[in-house]
Amino acid sequence: MSTQHTATSDNYYVPGLSHWPITASVAMALLGFGAAFSMNNMTGGNLLLILGFIVLFVMFAGWFSTVAHESEGGMYNRQVGMSFRWGMSWFIFSEVMFFAAFFGALGYMRLYSVPDLGSIEHQQLLWPGFKGDWPTAGPHFKAGDFTPMGAWGIPALNTALLLTSGVTITIAHWGLLKKNRAQLIWGLAATIALGMIFLGFQIYEYSHAYSAMNLKLTSGAYGSTFFMLTGFHGFHVTVGTIMLWVILFRSVAGHFTPENHFGFEGVAWYWHFVDVVWVLLFVLVYIL
Amino acid sequence: MSTATHDHAHGHSQDGGHAHDDHAHDHKPYGMMRWLGSTNHKDIGTMYLWFSFSMFLVGGVMALIIRAELFQPGLQIVRPEFFNSMTTYHGLIMVFGAIMPAFVGFANWLIPMQIGAPDMAFPRMNNLSFWLLPPAAMLLIAAQFAPGGGAGVGWTMYAPLTTQAGPAMDLTIFAVHILGMSSIMGSINIITTVLNMRAPGMTLMKMPLFCWTWLITAYLLVASMPVLAGAVTMTLTDRHFGTNFFNAAGGGDPVLYQHIFWFFGHPEVYIIAIPAFGVVSQVIPAFSRKPLFGYASMVYATASIAILSFMVWAHHMYTVGMPVETQLYFMYATTLIAIPTGVKVFNWVATMWKGSLTFETPMLFALGFLFLFSLGGFTGLVLSITPVDVQIHDTYYVVAHFHYVMVAGALFSAFAGIYFWLPKWTGRMYNETLGKWHFWLSLIFFNVTFFVQHFLGLAGMPRRVPDYALQFAEFNAISTIGAFGFGISQLLFLYVVVKCITGGEKAEQKQWEGADSLEWTHLPSPAPYHSFSTPPALK
Repeated sequence: MSTQHTATSDNYYVPGLSHWPITASVAMALLGFGAAFSMNNMTGGNLLLILGFIVLFVMFAGWFSTVAHESEGGMYNRQVGMSFRWGMSWFIFSEVMFFAAFFGALGYMRLYSVPDLGSIEHQQLLWPGFKGDWPTAGPHFKAGDFTPMGAWGIPALNTALLLTSGVTITIAHWGLLKKNRAQLIWGLAATIALGMIFLGFQIYEYSHAYSAMNLKLTSGAYGSTFFMLTGFHGFHVTVGTIMLWVILFRSVAGHFTPENHFGFEGVAWYWHFVDVVWVLLFVLVYIL
Repeated sequence: MSTATHDHAHGHSQDGGHAHDDHAHDHKPYGMMRWLGSTNHKDIGTMYLWFSFSMFLVGGVMALIIRAELFQPGLQIVRPEFFNSMTTYHGLIMVFGAIMPAFVGFANWLIPMQIGAPDMAFPRMNNLSFWLLPPAAMLLIAAQFAPGGGAGVGWTMYAPLTTQAGPAMDLTIFAVHILGMSSIMGSINIITTVLNMRAPGMTLMKMPLFCWTWLITAYLLVASMPVLAGAVTMTLTDRHFGTNFFNAAGGGDPVLYQHIFWFFGHPEVYIIAIPAFGVVSQVIPAFSRKPLFGYASMVYATASIAILSFMVWAHHMYTVGMPVETQLYFMYATTLIAIPTGVKVFNWVATMWKGSLTFETPMLFALGFLFLFSLGGFTGLVLSITPVDVQIHDTYYVVAHFHYVMVAGALFSAFAGIYFWLPKWTGRMYNETLGKWHFWLSLIFFNVTFFVQHFLGLAGMPRRVPDYALQFAEFNAISTIGAFGFGISQLLFLYVVVKCITGGEKAEQKQWEGADSLEWTHLPSPAPYHSFSTPPALK
């Protein structure tokens, strides 16, 4: 243990004063008040929201570029790299639990609440004629019938796209480890392209659902779970794609070495996580 | 002793004040930015503790408004809507604003010193975790002034009440989101610090138990907080974007909210209790002058409680309508928690057995914790029995039960910890006589307030009501008197702390004879601004 500390020659890096955390705090205050005001159509809400997003963007750009420069400046020893890896793992675990809440809601509705609403007592007392089959918009949905989303068109294609992107980012990682910059950059570019095509297909699928299938966020239990689960996933793909762009720019700028490339690894882990969530979505939301 | 640290403590004399002077030039920043931009675990810990205390006063005033209204039957002082808002925000502010930040403050101050680390693993994110709390507190307080007043939905925020409440609900939801982010980032920081920042030789099973309890608590937070975020997000989209998670007409179910909430909510109980166990596990051995009895079993018991806490949530929902088999499962699983908890209580008592005991203020609060937390545990066991709970669900028995756990458990433990570590933090001693006064006043008034509530609950008085039937009048009056006494006693605590900081006697490096963790054995009092910049040499 003690050799590990001396081998890296310097102490654990403890940064000096930083204004980024308090900037983030201001952003969250603006966003919190802005969102609450604008959802209730109160004056100033949208303005606060826009300001909040601007401050948030400046904060992310500033904070992460500070970290990237510190990393490239050799201020992080192996122990700091290990901290980043622990931190990223637990962050992804917290994301897993966030999705678990929505998957749990889907499971609860399909296994318990919807069948219960179609039970014999409810048919006699409350909702005559409601069978409790899935997919459903519930016993009292007024906006007409909707078509549920099939699995074997665009969604299956999207599955193939995301799984392939998991391969291309690994190819990029091999390029980084072999000091083959071209392979790193082209691997990343291919991953980004696949991610953006995926997002394009998702946007098309949503607009098709709204315009041609009468399937909306307001379409009861099915609409709620379908759009919230795929929507949060799509949001995570968007964030992951932005992170990939940053990593691509850093790779082009010559950042990362085979020994020191947590930034790349963290994004790759995140991308694989988004991938796994999609596979679950494909099975539990689209197929079953 | 302190020569082993090789840190900036050139002086390392026993004279705390001298060491303090040495560090006046020790990269200590000045002015506002020292706090706004801090990356120092000690400064951030201090901010957490002061924030926690100020929220404790805000939540305490809300509690006194509740008790003042309940002093007599009939509507006396406030409107029922405002009363409901007070019960709601008293709960939210005390849980998320007072107790949780207090223990995060302890974690910040102590974990790096106890494991021989230079700071937390992510010092800037550490500061963000703290600075997210003031915006969240602003949102919660602003909710009181929203059109229609604060959301009187209860701290559990059950649908469908929340899907129908006014704009205050949205402010509350975003406050919960921000508090969740703060907790998750704080927890990731703590887990990473404990797993990756220990000095060479400080193996996991040599860590002070406080570090273990926080490692396990942080795991609970990372696993449960995102689930709460999911629950309030569904509430938000049900309110504004037309989803039907909690609306039966659309195929959803209000009970779904309760399941998701309590999947977070029961671990939350242990998120509050487990760090309290950690503090008590440091204090009792120090004043028994014996090592903690059954250290390894303490670690395993804590981990067992954490794992079980995710499997018992529906014991909060026995009366909501569920199959008998489900009720039985949740009853048995819940009673199972009594086993690891019993191991802990046994170990604390066994630590004191044949110890050389003294009863300074921290020890008094730890003993108060031990007695009253055990009592709260027993009433919890009573409530876990489904047929009993069906009778006393949502009565004052439940209120009495969880205040024994939250106040006499978590809060007393926090007081024990503050008195215990004040000498290390400030380099000065508090006034022992006044500290003991604070303890006895708190102990007596706490029991006056909450013990009678058991009787009220067993007699059938429901919780969360501003008015009640005549037969409950005497016990309610007694409870209100106790509450005001308890509230005023906490001003004495503030006085003791301020007096300690400004003019207390100089504290020694090892102020408590029996304290044996690194902050006492390796660092002067007050602890230098930067400690263990290079890891200490440990056996």
